[in-house]
Amino acid sequence: MTTWIRRNLFRTWWDGVLTVVFGALSIWVLWSLVEFVLITGRWEIIEVNLKLLLVGRFPAEQLWLVNASVMAIAFWLTAALGGKQAPDAPVRSPLAKFGGFVQRFGLVIALGILLVVLAGTQSSLAVAGGVVAALLAGRGLNIARRRVKGLTRIPGVIWQILVLSPAVALIALTLMNADLELWGGFLINFYIAIISIVLCFPLGVLLALGRKSTLPIVRLISTTYIELIRGAPLFVLLLLSGVALEFFVPPDIAPGSVFRAVTVFTLFTAAYLAEIVRGGLQSIPKGQLEAGKAIGLSTWKITFLITLPQALRNVIPAQIGQFISLFKDTTLAGAALSIVEVLKVSEAITKQDDFLGKGYIYESLAFVSLLFWVGSYVMSRESQRLEKRLGVGQR
Amino acid sequence: MSPLTGVPAQKTPVWRNVRVLRWVFQIVVLAVVVGIIYWLYNNYQVNVSRSKIPTDYRFLDNPTNFTIPGNDLDQSQPVRDAFVQGFYNTLRVSIVGIILAIILGTIIGMARLSKNFLVRTVAGAYVELIRNLPLLVLLTFMNLAVVLQTFPRIEDAWEPLDLFVISNRGIAIPWFDGSSTVLGLSLLAAIVVGWLVAKWRTAYSDRTGKPSQALAWAVGVVVVVAVVVWVAFGYNWTLPEVDDRGTVGGLRLDPSFFALLVTLVIYTSSHIAEIVRGSILSVPRGQGEAADAIALTHSQKMRLVILPQAFRVAMPAIGNQSLNLIKNSSLGAAISYFELTQIAQITVGNGSPAVPAFTLTLLVYLSISLVTSLLINIVNRRLALVER
Repeated sequence: MTTWIRRNLFRTWWDGVLTVVFGALSIWVLWSLVEFVLITGRWEIIEVNLKLLLVGRFPAEQLWLVNASVMAIAFWLTAALGGKQAPDAPVRSPLAKFGGFVQRFGLVIALGILLVVLAGTQSSLAVAGGVVAALLAGRGLNIARRRVKGLTRIPGVIWQILVLSPAVALIALTLMNADLELWGGFLINFYIAIISIVLCFPLGVLLALGRKSTLPIVRLISTTYIELIRGAPLFVLLLLSGVALEFFVPPDIAPGSVFRAVTVFTLFTAAYLAEIVRGGLQSIPKGQLEAGKAIGLSTWKITFLITLPQALRNVIPAQIGQFISLFKDTTLAGAALSIVEVLKVSEAITKQDDFLGKGYIYESLAFVSLLFWVGSYVMSRESQRLEKRLGVGQR
Repeated sequence: MSPLTGVPAQKTPVWRNVRVLRWVFQIVVLAVVVGIIYWLYNNYQVNVSRSKIPTDYRFLDNPTNFTIPGNDLDQSQPVRDAFVQGFYNTLRVSIVGIILAIILGTIIGMARLSKNFLVRTVAGAYVELIRNLPLLVLLTFMNLAVVLQTFPRIEDAWEPLDLFVISNRGIAIPWFDGSSTVLGLSLLAAIVVGWLVAKWRTAYSDRTGKPSQALAWAVGVVVVVAVVVWVAFGYNWTLPEVDDRGTVGGLRLDPSFFALLVTLVIYTSSHIAEIVRGSILSVPRGQGEAADAIALTHSQKMRLVILPQAFRVAMPAIGNQSLNLIKNSSLGAAISYFELTQIAQITVGNGSPAVPAFTLTLLVYLSISLVTSLLINIVNRRLALVER
């Protein structure tokens, strides 16, 4: 212990000074944080406005749709993603396994518990129970898929579609039933990000293929699009779509603000996704393409059966990174298009009669930061794990 | 087909000729793209003529009808001048921000690799905290919570060391007293002399083999020359002081400028720190071991061996982050900092046509990006290893 302290904290006199300074600093920061969370923080503003922050003015009688979608997404996550252990993973004791589990998902679980406690209603408890049940059901199905004979025969693609379909169906049902302009809070951030990333995917892949293509006109068009979009700030594009999108569509379409936001996020992210996919395409060894040619495949077949699948798999972590940054950028939609997303709500609730002029901005922004931070941090750590398991750059 | 089989060579039919197919495919793609653009353009024309909105750039000559804080722009001056001022403000926050972000990011990136456990952990926590928060949340926090709420009113402003005046009306810092042209000229002269001295020191070191200390010499000379020229012109510097409802003397930074600058620096530095860390780790271990073997001190090892190689790797990524910072400065519009985007937004609100105004804004950002990437490319080419 003393050796560790001497080696890591007081190697030289300068090291000692640094230790004292940074030690004092971190103790002060930690203490202020604990004091804010437990003593001085006035969290009633969050308790009162929790529904506004999470779903905005979403109609209460249709809230079950949102809850069911969340459960379906949870089900999909465990059913599709949780894989078997890497074959060379060391055998670990149950305690170590539990520790690893807490390390990976402890933050999300803690956030869930916090939300339930803040809501303090039985229905929120029921939703939490539903999510846990969906997660367990998905996990069970995932294990069954590997053990039960009939299930192992189902091809992977069909299996993925099967477990994803409840979530897609419920999200589509929600989109059809509830007026989009009533959506708000964290829900709209999440859904704008998901819808945009799904929509931008085909365009991004096409642009990447176009940029790598040997056809000069196709390459020129793709490159121009990608570079123009990448040179423009997202915020300006959002503002532009806010005041000018209606000029570029036929007069009988009246675009709502969510429609505008999704359009811009899709077109914008496609350019960045294209660069990521292009990186993936460049990482495929030339031998793959030559092998395809040698067995007489057409260019289309080589692209869609050989190079593209490998390229996409190699850049999954980068795609997750892009999704995280899109998820964070959805806050811009509030400032540019007056969509009532969570950051906008957090500013608005400090102007309610009960809270006006009492400096509640700290509490409400802290809550919003927590939501985004836990989401992004857990996603980025999981993507690092995935990167290791995929063995990018090691094959 | 071939002379060996004796079958007469057949001509490939047109519909299977690769060269024909390639061109047909490209023409189809081009037609689709042109079709989409034409469709958009046509919609635009129809909608514009229906609502009688001008599509040209004559709005630039209209009077602005608004004022820019901290600037003597008159309300009757044309919109053009407001755009120019917005462009300056964008450049101001971007240039200062890039310099500070690179310095802070490098320090934090090196701190993440420190042998000191506490330094390493604190730096790591900083990076993980900032990188996973949306920029706009940080900016809102800095603007609403820190500057507008926590900073005191001007009556009881904080005056640390009597050098600064910090209040919710902005930060005032000590600054030079005199014209900015003379300041610029004396700085330029100092830098030229400093550069000459650095060249001389390098040549001296090459000739004698003694350590050149070029950087230390150059910095020293720059400071001395700048001060001497400054004093020779008889100028001075001023400290800010609270005066009734504002501050006099020094340089006053608007609260929105301060909030935007600090947020951009904090956010970008967390990204640059990761880049710097990655590139330091990418320097082969043997380089550090070799430096240890010839008994360089830790600081010499970093300065002379590790960092120069690391920055060669890091340069393109840091350039990218600088571009991001410039583009992110458009968020100033969300907190009423009068940069380009905010100016465009206000003039559109005041009745300028939206599409031309924002197209102009986008073109300006695009040219800033192009010029910056050109600069980065030049620096990269200078830094790149010449390989055989």
